[in-house]
Amino acid sequence: MTKSELIARLAARHPHLVAADAELAVKTILDAMTQSLVEGKRIEIRGFGSFSLNFRPPRVGRNPKTGEKVHVDGKYVPHFKAGKELRDRVDYGE
Amino acid sequence: MTLTKAELATLLFEKVGLNKREAKEMVEVFFEEVRTALEQGDSVKLSGFGNFQLRDKPQRPGRNPKTGEEMPITARRVVTFHASQKLKAMVEEAHVGTRSE
Repeated sequence: MTKSELIARLAARHPHLVAADAELAVKTILDAMTQSLVEGKRIEIRGFGSFSLNFRPPRVGRNPKTGEKVHVDGKYVPHFKAGKELRDRVDYGE
Repeated sequence: MTLTKAELATLLFEKVGLNKREAKEMVEVFFEEVRTALEQGDSVKLSGFGNFQLRDKPQRPGRNPKTGEEMPITARRVVTFHASQKLKAMVEEAHVGTRSE
């Protein structure tokens, strides 16, 4: 499912709204989630999961072409942990 | 300091002009549609944000950490999230030079 398919499904479930509202709603939600992570603020969606940042410590890497050692700075990367309902629903039935 | 469904609903009320009930429902349905797609084995690609994918993990040996007893961890399907290049770059840039959580 792509973003445009998601927008179409949301619009179909809300016939009283104009399609542009579903599109703006999806954009607003994803922009807010992006902005939250950019600010280092976690996201917690009960039943879906949580997004947070993980720190990758600085390390000495190598330029794969020249074999030369290079310093790689530490950085933060986004991380998702699925919530219980999502985990249970995607897993095979017991 | 956490973004939650309530905060997202407030944004839909303010920025999209949905009424409070519609805004709350739209947030609910947004995540429900993603869950439904994943439940049906369909990956979800939200360009600019990231992709949710499914991975089938085979059974592997494990232990009950309390008793030390050996018991297999059953085969399962799990969700993984891969942030888009854009999201990764924005997060990285915003935290350049910071190290503490």
